[in-house]
Amino acid sequence: MKSGLTRELICMRVAHEFHDGDYINLGIGLPTQVSNFIPDNIDVILHCENGMLGYGRIAHDEEIDPELVNAGSQPVTLKPGSSFFDSATGFAMIRGGHVNVTVLGAFEVSETGDLANWMRLEKGVGSVGGSMDLICGSKKVIVAMEHTTHEGRPRIVKQCSQPLTGFACVDLIVTDLAVIEVTPGGLVLKEVAPGLTAEEVQKVTEPSLIISPELKEMEL
Amino acid sequence: MDKIYSSAESAVADIPDGATVMVGGFGVTGVPFTLIRALACNGSKNLTIISNSGGGRLPDIDLSIVMKNGQVKKLITTYPVYTDRFTAFEERYLKGEMEMEMVPQGTFAERIRAGGAGIPAFYTPTGAGTQLAEGKETRIFNGRPHVLEHALHADFALIKAHIADNMGNLVYHRAARNFNPVMATAADITIAEVTEIVEVGQLDPEIVVTPAIYVSRVVIGEKYEIRFD
Repeated sequence: MKSGLTRELICMRVAHEFHDGDYINLGIGLPTQVSNFIPDNIDVILHCENGMLGYGRIAHDEEIDPELVNAGSQPVTLKPGSSFFDSATGFAMIRGGHVNVTVLGAFEVSETGDLANWMRLEKGVGSVGGSMDLICGSKKVIVAMEHTTHEGRPRIVKQCSQPLTGFACVDLIVTDLAVIEVTPGGLVLKEVAPGLTAEEVQKVTEPSLIISPELKEMEL
Repeated sequence: MDKIYSSAESAVADIPDGATVMVGGFGVTGVPFTLIRALACNGSKNLTIISNSGGGRLPDIDLSIVMKNGQVKKLITTYPVYTDRFTAFEERYLKGEMEMEMVPQGTFAERIRAGGAGIPAFYTPTGAGTQLAEGKETRIFNGRPHVLEHALHADFALIKAHIADNMGNLVYHRAARNFNPVMATAADITIAEVTEIVEVGQLDPEIVVTPAIYVSRVVIGEKYEIRFD
């Protein structure tokens, strides 16, 4: 298999989905890095369930305030117009439908958009965090993940084998190899990583992909 | 009415065996490290701990030390394990030495809020149809399944705030607020660890986040260095 995008480039591609005025929650793992790649010409407000609106990129050195961190406990910067609140309010914003976009990591996504991202059965215990609330309340759910496991098995599957976070909740999947939209008719392959073909992406994807007539190379 | 205690040890001295204790914090922020250490020294056993995590980000000072001591019978939580480390909770839990109740984080926050607000239970769409809703009553509202979730209440809440006045009015600092204000409302005795104490009247009433009615005891916390990975 040819190599796909780095984790940074996955984040960069995810950020292209954002629009002016979006309120966006970035989940633990790969998604929290997206805050470093939001283009300057897009005006979005990042929400964190620990109780803040309006944080910025990851903080470094003297910028670090140990009490200003994102969902993954990484120090972040603050943007003008930010605000703080408690966790119950943070989740009322999510559940109440005020957060437009959520970006989550995943172990598996099914062809109908089921998401499994909180527990690996083989480990015996997991961490659900806010993922079940986020998929319930957000208008758009984007999954950012590597296309296959370390062993090369597809993460986009016909049916999830791990405990579900939610049913038919994923709208868009961005991986190192492709951008795939979940539609009522099935998974639509919209973009492939530079140098890859649709056939190469299909080989490492369990369900059959519908090739978009506008299939193109990912633009970063 | 002065609620200031001279030490964390004296503030937690009456937490008995079998108590239910909420502990604030999210990851490394807003965690009452001084009160956690006092609880570990106090040694009370068979505790039910209600906390967003069971510790693990800073295992020398967070709830990991209470887990290691074998003081916990049950952890009610949302984020007890991490992908890049093995926690003291995990070790005990996987050996079958303690129980755990996994709760979606928004439901966890709302159950605590409800506990403090006199609401015994509520319906939420979160988790409907998943493993975490198994055995719970489900009802359809607006064509969507909702799960009945029950309020959480504790005997004690250990929380972290930034500044207190002698009466127990509290303000917080940035993301360290997280679960602390809701937990403050949902326990019989709320004990706040703070960075600074000021005289009554020095906090602008407009900026008080936790009004004194919720707070029983206040102690000055020690300074801890927060390391980032």
